[in-house]
Amino acid sequence: MSQATLRVQKISGHAGPIPGEGMQREEQVCKLVDTTTCIGCKACEIACQEWNDLPFATTTFDNTYQTMPQTAWNFWNLIKFNEHEKEDGSMMLLMRKDQCMHCADPGCLRACPSDGAIVQYTNGIVDFQQDHCIGCGYCITGCPFNIPKFNPTTKKVYKCTLCSDRVSNGLEPACIKACPTGCLHFGTKDDMKVLAEKRATQLREHYGFENAGVYDPPGVSGTGVIYVLHDVTAPESYGGLPANPSIPWTVRLWKTPLKWLGNFAMLGGLVGVTLHYLRFGPKTVPDDEAEKRP
Amino acid sequence: MSSTTALPHTRARSGSDDRILRYTFAERLIHWAAGLSYVYLLVTGLAFWSPYFFWLADLAGGGPTARFWHPWIGLIWFVAVFWMYTAWHDDMRTTAADREWAKHIGDYIRNEDENLPPIGRFNIGQKQFFWLMFFGGIALVLSGAALWLVNDIPWSWRWLRYSAVLLHAVAALVTIGAFIIHVYMGTAMVRGGFTSIVRGEVTAAWARMHHRLWYEKVTGTASPKK
Repeated sequence: MSQATLRVQKISGHAGPIPGEGMQREEQVCKLVDTTTCIGCKACEIACQEWNDLPFATTTFDNTYQTMPQTAWNFWNLIKFNEHEKEDGSMMLLMRKDQCMHCADPGCLRACPSDGAIVQYTNGIVDFQQDHCIGCGYCITGCPFNIPKFNPTTKKVYKCTLCSDRVSNGLEPACIKACPTGCLHFGTKDDMKVLAEKRATQLREHYGFENAGVYDPPGVSGTGVIYVLHDVTAPESYGGLPANPSIPWTVRLWKTPLKWLGNFAMLGGLVGVTLHYLRFGPKTVPDDEAEKRP
Repeated sequence: MSSTTALPHTRARSGSDDRILRYTFAERLIHWAAGLSYVYLLVTGLAFWSPYFFWLADLAGGGPTARFWHPWIGLIWFVAVFWMYTAWHDDMRTTAADREWAKHIGDYIRNEDENLPPIGRFNIGQKQFFWLMFFGGIALVLSGAALWLVNDIPWSWRWLRYSAVLLHAVAALVTIGAFIIHVYMGTAMVRGGFTSIVRGEVTAAWARMHHRLWYEKVTGTASPKK
């Protein structure tokens, strides 16, 4: 635990300073998903299930190659398929590996009320600590990517850990290890950004994908999972990847200004009634009224 | 029709002055069902509200236990509030006497009650507290349902969750503000008020001072001052 605490830079529902914040070199890790070389083999899905010892999940057929409509509490890594019709009428089969994006500014962590149920390590991994989870589901509301999933039996929320257990021991995440085409890469955020931009440039200059680019959304201060897309102007066509994801404004308002306004208002109420009592005292029935008793 | 008019309001007691029944047993039961469940909701709700209050969850058995019971107790609270509505909604209508009384609210705050015009069973502050808790309760139960069933709200309906977190917090804060004033006035400020909601009775002098029109109505007496 002490080792883990030393590596933490953000803690959910936490009053006061973060123990260990700034204690270690901040080297952000990152997954790079090149959707242009994904073949949809789903080896990453299986690797995820196996490494994390997740039970077999029931698949749902929806007329595509997709395993189920969305990620589940026991299924954290899902290839999303979309038969995309281009402007010239030709078809493209888009495949995107969907999982937790490990946002630099995580909406789940901001929304979480329980001290330490969600942490962000200094390497950027956002990890759920189910021992501290109270099952309120606020993280589900805070996430702009529809990732945290509730287990009704344990009443806890689960998602991709970015294999924090493997990464802390110097290994790449299980999905990366399983990828046969090399469309998945893992390394520092800086290195992955360079590699992604290089691939996007190649797609633009040599493959005719004029809008090819890197998806690293600034609305959540960047993510620990970045994509190379054939058309970065239409991320929605990749199984609903949001174009401009950000933490919902109601969650921001609720968690910062309203919280302080509310706390001061409650304190003000207590101070107000105390001052009233000190200045005016209780309201008693005067003696002349009491004397009128029959 | 006021539920109290069907009941005997004066009760002779040996060695005691005349006492008037202000709250029936059913009314007291409703009040305390709502009051006690509200206190539970306040303690657990504050725990979920801010990290500085999260320790309060330990008073309710820890975070997961508090989270499990909060919505169920919330339902009990709302049923009690709705029951109050069915019992008191006639008594809680604002009257011309209330509007006149409200013009002298400063005298009431300064405890210069001799300057206040006579009013009925409840004053306008009590009435506004009642309606605030009633409509606040509706807002809390609706937004609370969305927060409770968060896992069953589809992604395309996520706006429901986004609005529910804000509405639940705002409605809760408003009721907390009203609750602070209500508890202060009912216990420390207005002497005799707490006894009346526990034992049900007030003295005739208390009734004459605070709710003269109600006193005259239930005792069938004319005002001695008029």
